[in-house]
Amino acid sequence: MYPSDLKYAREHEWVRVDGDTATIGISDFAQDQLGEVVYVDLPSEGDEVTAGDTFGEIESVKSVSELYAPVSGEVVKVNEALEDTPETVNEDPYGDGWMIVVRISDPSQVDDLMDAGAYEAFVSEEA
Amino acid sequence: MTGEELKRTPLYEEHVALGARMVPFAGWEMPVYYGGIIEEHNAVRGSAGLFDVCHMAEFRIFGASAADALQRLLTNDISRVSEIGDAQYTLLCDEDGHMIDDLIVYHTGELEYMIVANAANRANDWGWLDERLPESVERVDESDRTALLALQGPKALSVAREVAGEGFEMPERFQVAGADLDGVPVLLARTGYTGEDGVEIVSHSSHAVQLWRLLLSFPEVAPCGLGARDTLRLEMGYALYGSDMDRTVDPVSAGLGWAVSMGKGEFVGREPIAQVKASGPERRLAGLTVPDGIPRHGYPVLHGEEEVGTVASGGFSPTLGHGIATAYVPSALSVEGTRLAVGIRRKTVPAVVTKPPFVRDTSLFRG
Repeated sequence: MYPSDLKYAREHEWVRVDGDTATIGISDFAQDQLGEVVYVDLPSEGDEVTAGDTFGEIESVKSVSELYAPVSGEVVKVNEALEDTPETVNEDPYGDGWMIVVRISDPSQVDDLMDAGAYEAFVSEEA
Repeated sequence: MTGEELKRTPLYEEHVALGARMVPFAGWEMPVYYGGIIEEHNAVRGSAGLFDVCHMAEFRIFGASAADALQRLLTNDISRVSEIGDAQYTLLCDEDGHMIDDLIVYHTGELEYMIVANAANRANDWGWLDERLPESVERVDESDRTALLALQGPKALSVAREVAGEGFEMPERFQVAGADLDGVPVLLARTGYTGEDGVEIVSHSSHAVQLWRLLLSFPEVAPCGLGARDTLRLEMGYALYGSDMDRTVDPVSAGLGWAVSMGKGEFVGREPIAQVKASGPERRLAGLTVPDGIPRHGYPVLHGEEEVGTVASGGFSPTLGHGIATAYVPSALSVEGTRLAVGIRRKTVPAVVTKPPFVRDTSLFRG
């Protein structure tokens, strides 16, 4: 449920670090809480996102949630496919349901995130 | 409701066993979905869905002058449901002509009527009616011991026929009849809130679990939560009390003038409603098609730069795959095809006034 190669934020985003870039999505717990995702609003390539600030929105039939950036940096890639198939976030949250890739501006921010074990414990308290 | 204990329907344990996500609704702990809202929505449009609506209120009103009393308290013409087995959508309005609730009145027996009301309005409606019904009219709030299930969808009637057994004559649309379902005495009403054909089943609450399991034993029937109930009714443009109707708005502005009989004589709220009818409402509830976003209750509706209203009911239409809404807007802007916009947080997206129902290809319209 919570892959060990990812880092997790308290707002339920995950980060996959690859060199100086980070791929960002939302966790399986988050997609399950939201229910069927019908709309994802993401930033554009070239936009700057700031750790702790919103970078977009995700909507299920029932509710709207903000997406929070776990790390700061410039958006270098956006998952355009989510515009037509937002349900991918439910079906494959750690794979094809990824949202953006950022070029990390402050690598120390990654160290502040939880590993899979810590996140699982965090989630079990919230559930 | 904060701090108050949530009430549970007789089917609470069934919902939990089915893995439902339970949410607080109108003071009740209700299933919002089991698997997902969209799949349940599609089950109702394509096959059949079963809803627990036991939270709704049921009042029994009876006596020689029951019909006369209801004629003066409700907006619709009760003489149109003069036959036992007739049912009618109607409104409860205050002296200002504003809506206290929307109701269905079932003519269930000799000099006897059953009113089904919204769960959130139960105490209020009951207080209003109890205070105004003459002494000679008997009234009982049956809500606590009454179960209500809704079986809706193109396959709902064939399932209902099968459980009602041979020889049962299915009531016509907006009719109700007594039936025996697996030994359980029920009222089967050909009514609903989904835009599909189907029945609503009234029984004693002690039989709710048996009926629920019986109906779910049919593979064509899926358990459905309040999430799908809301998307289904919104696609039809059916008004929801609390979102589309409240104590600040009259039936004509809400597009519910058809449920008000001006010709029947005096009733509570008649004069102010007649005035709105004569002068034309300043604002009307309009349907909105919103292709590029999901409008939700309270979002601003814009005409050019000017804010002209707010979204009353709004959401994602699973059938259409985009946003739809209702909103009170100035009457001049409520004309079909008018181009408006909805403010969705940081963005403004186009909206086109559309006459509901938003979805027309359902078993109810196909007949």
